[in-house]
Amino acid sequence: MATKSKANKPVTVKDVFKNKFTPYTLLNPDGTLNGPAPDLSPEQLQAMHRVMVEARVFDERAVNLQRQGRLGTFAPLSGQEAAQVGSAFALRKTDWLFPSYREHAACALHGQPWLDILKYWGGNEDGSRVPDDVNIFPVAIPIATQIIHAVGAAWAAKIQGKDDATLVFFGDGGTSEGDFHEGLNFAGVFKTATVFLCQNNFYAISLPRESQTSSESIAQKAISYGIEGIQVDGNDVLAMYQMTKEAFDRGRAGEGPTLIEAQTYRYGPHTTADDPTRYRDSAEVDQWKERDPIERLKNYMISQSIWDDGKEEALWEDVRAQMAKVVEDYEALPERPVEEIFKYTFEEMPWHLEEQLAELKDFIAEYGNPNEGHH
Amino acid sequence: MPHLTLIQAVNDALHLAMKHDDRVVVLGEDVGENGGVFRATEGLHDTFGEDRVVDTPLAEGAILGAAIGMAAYGIRPIPEIQFTGFMPMVFDHMVSHASRLRWRTRGRFTCPLVLRAPYGSGIHAPEHHSESHEAYYMHTPGLKVVVPSNPYDAKGLLISAIKDPNPVLFFEPKRIYRAIRQEVPEEIYEIPLGKAAVVNEGTDVTVITFGSMTHMAKEAITRASEQGISAELIDLRTVWPLDIDTISTSVAKTGRCVIVQEAPRAASFSSEILTLIHEKVFDSLQAPVERVAGFDTPMPYYRMENYYLPNANRILAGINNVLNF
Amino acid sequence: MAHKTLIQAINEALHLEMKRDERVMIMGEDVGANGGVFRATEGIYNEFGADRAVDTPLAEAGIIGSAIGMAAYGLRPVPEIQFDGFMLPAFDQLVSHAARLRWRTRGRFTCPMTVRVPYGGGIRALEHHSEAPETYYAHTPGFKVVLPSNPYDAKGLLLASIRDPDPVIYFEPKRLYRAFRQDVPEEDYEVPIGKAAVVKEGTDVTVISWGTMVRVSEEAAEKAQEEKGISVELIDLRTLWPLDIDTVIASVQKTGRCVVVHEAPRTVGLGAEIISLINEKALLHLEAPVVRVTGYDVAMPLFRMENYYMPNANRVLQGILKTVQF
Repeated sequence: MATKSKANKPVTVKDVFKNKFTPYTLLNPDGTLNGPAPDLSPEQLQAMHRVMVEARVFDERAVNLQRQGRLGTFAPLSGQEAAQVGSAFALRKTDWLFPSYREHAACALHGQPWLDILKYWGGNEDGSRVPDDVNIFPVAIPIATQIIHAVGAAWAAKIQGKDDATLVFFGDGGTSEGDFHEGLNFAGVFKTATVFLCQNNFYAISLPRESQTSSESIAQKAISYGIEGIQVDGNDVLAMYQMTKEAFDRGRAGEGPTLIEAQTYRYGPHTTADDPTRYRDSAEVDQWKERDPIERLKNYMISQSIWDDGKEEALWEDVRAQMAKVVEDYEALPERPVEEIFKYTFEEMPWHLEEQLAELKDFIAEYGNPNEGHH
Repeated sequence: MPHLTLIQAVNDALHLAMKHDDRVVVLGEDVGENGGVFRATEGLHDTFGEDRVVDTPLAEGAILGAAIGMAAYGIRPIPEIQFTGFMPMVFDHMVSHASRLRWRTRGRFTCPLVLRAPYGSGIHAPEHHSESHEAYYMHTPGLKVVVPSNPYDAKGLLISAIKDPNPVLFFEPKRIYRAIRQEVPEEIYEIPLGKAAVVNEGTDVTVITFGSMTHMAKEAITRASEQGISAELIDLRTVWPLDIDTISTSVAKTGRCVIVQEAPRAASFSSEILTLIHEKVFDSLQAPVERVAGFDTPMPYYRMENYYLPNANRILAGINNVLNF
Repeated sequence: MAHKTLIQAINEALHLEMKRDERVMIMGEDVGANGGVFRATEGIYNEFGADRAVDTPLAEAGIIGSAIGMAAYGLRPVPEIQFDGFMLPAFDQLVSHAARLRWRTRGRFTCPMTVRVPYGGGIRALEHHSEAPETYYAHTPGFKVVLPSNPYDAKGLLLASIRDPDPVIYFEPKRLYRAFRQDVPEEDYEVPIGKAAVVKEGTDVTVISWGTMVRVSEEAAEKAQEEKGISVELIDLRTLWPLDIDTVIASVQKTGRCVVVHEAPRTVGLGAEIISLINEKALLHLEAPVVRVTGYDVAMPLFRMENYYMPNANRVLQGILKTVQF
């Protein structure tokens, strides 16, 4: 052997990651552009802005209702509007959305009425019955389980020769669950048109992101499944839209799924049952508020001369009236009959549930309604 | 009419269901080219292609989880879990999602899937390959559980299960996959879910069971008849929601009952049947209902599984206990 | 003796046992610096440090799986699963491994861990936060399943559970976490696993219950006495499996009538097993069928209708009357 072989140096993961992920941004915090603007009309930008404002106002109202005992435990989203609205804006009407439990803005944008969202958190199952032409799965409380369902639906679309895509939300904590691994692996193997949208808000209840995984980023986890991965500034609604749209385009073209790590922040607690002052500083919260997603888009629209302070003020006023009506409608909902508990367990009610329903009705007739004064 | 084994009848049902309804998709580990580790899906891959007969990566939770998404989207998935011992991996998806998707969404999304799994013991299998898990799923609201005991029923029940709008667990008693052959019509036919079969009519005692234990019970009642005991044998076929009328009528007639299962006894199928009898026909009972069951231990390794599994002698002893009470 | 809530009693037991036995450690989601979502582990992180009060990533299977390895190695882990509905991702680790490690290795490896889980409905919680899954674990050979109904028992049972050589599922009735206070001794004491408590002696009918439902049954027993002159014997199982069969049978033999109360769905609920055992051991003493007062065979409703689902004192009273009037 005359030729001298090169030094047999192992290539390690660290070599692969010489270039670290950095969050992709289009819109700077002051509203100036950092790259080519996505192909969105003024009306579309205003529509995005409106849903973000709706979500912010809805959040305030829901938290207040909860504090007054008029709503159950609630998971507020304030601060994460852009990550949700930017990505969900890239959905087509027939696409499927799989939320975790904080995606009120994404769900509203994709067609779930705000009243239904409020119903759900108000302990009313009817809230999960989305309209027939809206494809939003019910809230997934067991962490990360919805990731696999989203893969299944996109896979079914592919089997049926349709180009519907699925968008699934989860948090930084969700990436620790086995279902995250199983879902991304399946999607990679079967090249499903799924966008895995991790809203990395840097805390899973109390646990900070750096204690959740020793990966430098969430985005880099994509590499182990052979799929595309990207890190995006989650408070930048334009970057979120653009990256999600490109991911859907790839997915529909048969190029497989994408993992998007959207870096964002929840201003409030994990849920109304949580006290975030136990695990994070108010200074940190204030820093993030300087990068507020709603302000950022507003500033951009003003700089493009398609928005002004008067319109902004009118919008907030209009949305406040809209949410006041939602709350009014919510509080006017009638009591539902006890059959609701038994219906829908199976398509037809088996004998044992007929018996149990009759038993409960007899009980109420004899002893009165156990639910009175309890809601 | 062809003589088929139970596994051939399952295979036949899958072929027919896939031919009649192009929404039906089979997925699981080794179900494609390999035809399944027990050959339940033999030939499906060649006939229907890899889009409808899918070899998945090894991840039970994802097999069921993906099937849930598929079912909600509008296709009819039939996931296979290779052995019941691996079903705890699917438990979260079964309990938190499949069983209650219709309920949670007020019928907007449904979950018409059939999870097939080779079930039970008696084939000298390794650990975690011989479990009988029906109790977990009976206790979980929203699920149907089916276990056939013969080839004819296996085909008809599987067709019904695939047509059913609810999630169904279709447990296949692997001990009798090839133990018996039976005439099975070539055409498509259904055996309704929720209907038991009275395998043998009798007057002295009712024996209630399902799956491979039906055959043990048959042997036991044959021997009981030699002692002059007339036993009525009920094969439930659908384990939940079960055919309460057939049970109540029979026990009201005989006044005595033996329940047979391979699963551990505590908080099990037999507890529920016993309790239902107690609730429905208490006044007819002439003796405590007897449970002949596996023990409350893990499934022993195969060298001792025959101590664990009910057999004809244990069932016969149970019959004698209730008659001699 | 200090008056304490059930959650304070649990916290005290954890403090005591971690001080007494350095092999004991807690682990789970938010159990460390945050003190647990219900504050069950409050102060433990500060006293015992991050090595013994571990905030884990969000992964229930990971928590239980690693606790199994720790227990086999020689520690005494007390993992917390944040809510009952989230035990399911860990089901395989629990059923296939924790429950049978001793059995599989002929005692060479054991699994002395105590899985703490807030349990049951009645606090207007979210979906998957109000489940009563005891049947799954009673049916799985190898577990002890414990569920206290008051602060005194909570402390004594938790100390007994952590010291038990086998895996214990320690359910905590979250509806009772702060519902009332009781005198709880500051010192170390155990309430033995496998022993029921006769909360109230009576002669006409036996009511068997556990956890939150014991409180409900107490109220029903008072009503039965006051309104109908019925003398109820009330049994709090405390350990759901293996249960105290002697106390159950002795009572039913005395009263001849029985009502079982649980919040879990009815079918294959633990009530079915108790009725089966009574059938097998005391059928001839029964003057009426045993009555089940339980949750229904449906998913736990969202909070607006949970009061229809959860047995209450009137439903238990109705069950008592049904068996007495049979």
